[in-house]
Amino acid sequence: MEEKVVETRGLKKSFGDLDVLQGVDLDLYKGENLVVLGKSGSGKSVLIKIMVGLLKQDKGSMLVLGKEVSQLKTKELNQLRLKIGFSFQNSALYDSMTVRENMEFPLIRNVKGLSKKEITYKIEELLEAVGLPQSINQMPSELSGGQKKRIGVARTLILNPEIMLYDEPTAGLDPITCMEINRLIREIRERYNTSSIVITHDLTCAKETGDRQAVLLDGQFKAIGTFDEVFAHADDQRVKLFYDYNFINI
Amino acid sequence: MSAAEDDKKPFLSKKFDKFFTGLANAWSFVCRFFKEVFLPPYEFKEIVHQCYRIGVESLPLISLTGFIVGLVFTNQSRPSLTEFGAASWLPSLISIAVVRAMGPLVTALIAAGKVGSSIGAEIGSMKVTEQIDAMEVSATNPFKFLVVSRVLATTFMIPLLVMYTDCVALFGSFLSVNANEMVSMSTFFVQVFESISFLDIFSSVLKSILFGFTIGIVGCYKGYNSSKGTEGVGQAANSAVVISMFLIFIEELLALQIVNAIRAF
Repeated sequence: MEEKVVETRGLKKSFGDLDVLQGVDLDLYKGENLVVLGKSGSGKSVLIKIMVGLLKQDKGSMLVLGKEVSQLKTKELNQLRLKIGFSFQNSALYDSMTVRENMEFPLIRNVKGLSKKEITYKIEELLEAVGLPQSINQMPSELSGGQKKRIGVARTLILNPEIMLYDEPTAGLDPITCMEINRLIREIRERYNTSSIVITHDLTCAKETGDRQAVLLDGQFKAIGTFDEVFAHADDQRVKLFYDYNFINI
Repeated sequence: MSAAEDDKKPFLSKKFDKFFTGLANAWSFVCRFFKEVFLPPYEFKEIVHQCYRIGVESLPLISLTGFIVGLVFTNQSRPSLTEFGAASWLPSLISIAVVRAMGPLVTALIAAGKVGSSIGAEIGSMKVTEQIDAMEVSATNPFKFLVVSRVLATTFMIPLLVMYTDCVALFGSFLSVNANEMVSMSTFFVQVFESISFLDIFSSVLKSILFGFTIGIVGCYKGYNSSKGTEGVGQAANSAVVISMFLIFIEELLALQIVNAIRAF
């Protein structure tokens, strides 16, 4: 049986009167890329923020690498966070730091005993992997949207995570850059042997990066399976609409 | 009325509830600062960086303001003192006014405008662009890196800036006194130091430490709790300045009462 790295059961989360997640069940298996699709505001980002302890669920369980996230103490949570890479929707690069400093930041605080040479080697290796070795001394303000996304991904990879969480990796990018980011997500899985959750509402991204798709509507997963299983035989009208709008109604 | 509706009903009124919730949050923010400041790891590099930004980069503005305050205050006081034949008391008057009140107050107000707003805006923009979340998920304590370092930097640097402002203001005053009353530098400064006591300098430094802490903690609190996107960043910067200035005046008033009580004792 395949090993589960994330196991979610009956997860509920509300913000005031708004019930965002209403009993979510989800499994992520080792080495797979799972895409979570859904309308804007459907709670996709909330789900992965609960995974890294940025938000706390109201009910239900969230097991990540066998640990219940909501019950971890700060130190244990930080240990777990080192195994999870989180790529933010707007890259979240530190404005006041260069690309090198951005990438050094998590490394020098969490891995002790590294020499300056080793740190530089690691940074250069990852920048090479994301195709931006020349950007090492640039400030985030000098980078394009796609370059920022790549650097953001490289920064999360510097701690060798086991799980990658991508929040809207292609949002606001042109089709060619989207294609490059999709390729990068696949390459990262092959190269670093990660399991990933990709949050998106872009079906092209979903099709190209995901082994399985999960559609989140009304706070619950309405369909989970391969791309064809979810969209070719969709019973739910809104799941069908998702597909039609992305691939037919252009 | 259902239980859920009962829960949502404000205890006093929405405004009062918000005010007291805000006070409780601010208090827990201050308590968290005092807890985190003593716990390792220590962000020495960031503290030094912030000290440089807050201290050195404020020097031109502080110098200009201090100099003008000293010069203008001397020129404004001269006619009144001359009327009573007490123009020779100008150095004493200026030194007491500058060291006891004007130096700390002017420096703190300028720092609240320049440093407080920049801290509020910087941390606020980091908050709305998820940079603080990014620090947290990379297992770094953003409170320690952003808040503790900045509050310590303002607490260390404002007293130094106040001493510098005092010197520059007295120098500005000296230029005016020298030009009008033909008083030499040594005579001027001998009179200055004869007029001020240890308590004046000690209370000025203590006040400045308090002002520095206030500017840092208010700027950080407002930035750290900002929301509503770019509008929230502007609000954070603005309210950091307004609240800091308000608290500085209250602290000045309290400090004055305490020092006067000590003097009387």
